[in-house]
Amino acid sequence: MRVALLPLAAAMLVLAGLAPAARAEEAGHVKVVKGTVQIERSGQKLPATVGAAVQSGDVVTTGADGSVGITFLDNSLLSAGPNSVLVIDRFAFDTTTHQGAFESSLQKGTLAVVSGKLSKASPDAMKVKTPAAVLGVRGTEFLVRTGDGKE
Amino acid sequence: MTRPVSLRRITGGASLGLLLLAGCAKPARNDLYVLLPSQDGHASGALTVESGSKQTTLDQPYEAARVKEPGNVEPGTVTLEQVQQAFGPALAAQPPRPVSFTLYFLENRDELTPESRPILTQIVAEISRYPAPEIVVIGHTDRVGTLARNDALSLQRAGRMRDELVKAGVDPARIRVEGRGEREPLVPTADEVAEPRNRRVEINIR
Repeated sequence: MRVALLPLAAAMLVLAGLAPAARAEEAGHVKVVKGTVQIERSGQKLPATVGAAVQSGDVVTTGADGSVGITFLDNSLLSAGPNSVLVIDRFAFDTTTHQGAFESSLQKGTLAVVSGKLSKASPDAMKVKTPAAVLGVRGTEFLVRTGDGKE
Repeated sequence: MTRPVSLRRITGGASLGLLLLAGCAKPARNDLYVLLPSQDGHASGALTVESGSKQTTLDQPYEAARVKEPGNVEPGTVTLEQVQQAFGPALAAQPPRPVSFTLYFLENRDELTPESRPILTQIVAEISRYPAPEIVVIGHTDRVGTLARNDALSLQRAGRMRDELVKAGVDPARIRVEGRGEREPLVPTADEVAEPRNRRVEINIR
């Protein structure tokens, strides 16, 4: 009896310990950082580090030498090249039903996207915007470059 | 008499200059959108590019759309070289792709089948490839026994796998454990049917 219950108790402790980290606004985590990368959140600029959380509303910027890779909770992968400004407009993901929404904007720069479970579950769940276009995503991998002609 | 004329000329010239300046400041864009082949072996899917009233759908690998001014979408294709040149750093910064493993268990126990045991070593090696890894361990059972018993057993199986990973050096703070009981069978069966493929733990790494 004692033997059988111990792992269960351990598992519950782990669940309880992780619960505060799984806040609603958390969208993903930074996995790759090269050069200068910043996360702007409610007017504050935070340096992006490997493992840092990314939330809805965050603005991720890369310098001339910078690039960044982010894995989202639905397994979507977004990575931006140098001189990029990426806004996480909205991220909501139900881990059980896989329903929700993922909207982001690339204001300038380059972006590589691998869509995740949200896009697989419902074709209209994922959208990427640029100053000139709106992209509808149907379970796929794609690239985005946006900027005025001078860049 | 000549003064007003030359003044008018100057004014006219200035207006023209302003118009030209406005023309230059208007953003001519170099937007490029490219559909890539899928790397997981599934169909590539599709990307719809919409600018103003114009829209195009990319559904073949390396199909592309260029937007040089808003409202004007030019379909085309790009080469692998062009992709590397324009998107090399963004592609190089892609995080490793999430993976999922399934391990199978002996009936009514939290012991792995002999076939599944070596996979655990493989999983530990895989985890080391991931920066700031997030590991979700999800236990399942077949439909023999009560719902409550199977909820407990599934969590016990997942907890056992967590312990094995920690023993192999994985940081416990990176592991989340869940039990789904008999609610999500891999192979749907009637109640009380013994099904080895449903006695399993999924280990998801990203």
